[in-house]
Amino acid sequence: MMYITPTQLLLALGIGFAFGWLLHRGKVTNYNVIIDQFLLRDFTVMKVMLSAIVVGGIGVFVLVTLGEAKYSVKDANLLGVILGGALFGIGMVIYGYCPGTSLAATAAGSIHALVGVFGMVAGAILYALTFDWVKAHILNVWALGKVRLPEWTGVPDLFWFAALALGVLAFFAFIERKIARK
Amino acid sequence: MTLDSKPSPQAILRQINWSPYLAGIGIGVLCWIAFGIAKDPLGVTTAFTRLSSLFALPILGAEGVAQNTYWKPMPLHFDYGVVFLIGLMLGSFVSALVSKKFRIELIPSHWSERFGGSVVRRFVAAFFGGGLVMYGARMAGGCTSGHGISGTLQLALSSWVFVAVVFAVGIVFSVFFFGRKWGHS
Repeated sequence: MMYITPTQLLLALGIGFAFGWLLHRGKVTNYNVIIDQFLLRDFTVMKVMLSAIVVGGIGVFVLVTLGEAKYSVKDANLLGVILGGALFGIGMVIYGYCPGTSLAATAAGSIHALVGVFGMVAGAILYALTFDWVKAHILNVWALGKVRLPEWTGVPDLFWFAALALGVLAFFAFIERKIARK
Repeated sequence: MTLDSKPSPQAILRQINWSPYLAGIGIGVLCWIAFGIAKDPLGVTTAFTRLSSLFALPILGAEGVAQNTYWKPMPLHFDYGVVFLIGLMLGSFVSALVSKKFRIELIPSHWSERFGGSVVRRFVAAFFGGGLVMYGARMAGGCTSGHGISGTLQLALSSWVFVAVVFAVGIVFSVFFFGRKWGHS
């Protein structure tokens, strides 16, 4: 039985390859760069993420409007998202990588990143073993469903994307001016 | 790399430090392809979790893994998400080779400046931290890719809450973890 068509296989390899390449060239596979972001000494991580969100968001919005793509939004189980985000933030400061950058850093020769990948395997297994409890006690708290900000607030998409783009540009301008003044 | 006035395409490919804006714009364009053509947004942890079930086989046995309520609806296959992870590692590996930046790194400098040169200590912390990262990502339903980029660009409420919490907690915790002097400079 085939689980992937040849086209999907090439797409997965190609998109994955480009993503790994860009993570490495954007320097976010570098432990020091990620830690310096949390310490607010370097803003590379935020620059990469926010550029991707603005460019990707506007393009995907156009595709969805044209009927060429569909949104696939994750459940807003807010207690799980908040607790999970907190564990993730603490773990990321200790480990120095997130799941995507950890695999990219491992491929670029980081041995301690590889050790953490095995830690991630352990974390995934632990989650699968505790899933029944988490599902019954955490994932059902403040569960708002697959909700997007436009529907949740009643403010239309266009306003959100315009505000996002302008806010991000202003933030970049502010950061660059601060760096220039140093 | 030579200092010619106009860098050749080969020189750009070898150049290690691409502008973070350029890298981000490139990832944004990848998202168009991922949503528009592949119909599968960028994400890492879902496929990673399914791969992890392989490592659970010796502990739980084949039956235990197959019957686990978490893995049961998404058994491990050689499918899009898994191939994507292979592509991701290949891309970073080739980028490191082409730019001559492939480095075996046991302890990063920011770590050793704060916690010393013990490889064991760094490895234990990396393992423990990696475990926290993945457990948290699964509880939240995604990571920096699935929530942080693919989710936020869709204006998903869950994803914006996730990145806000990750950065807020990470920024506060890093000051304690790395010591106060790191907050300045």
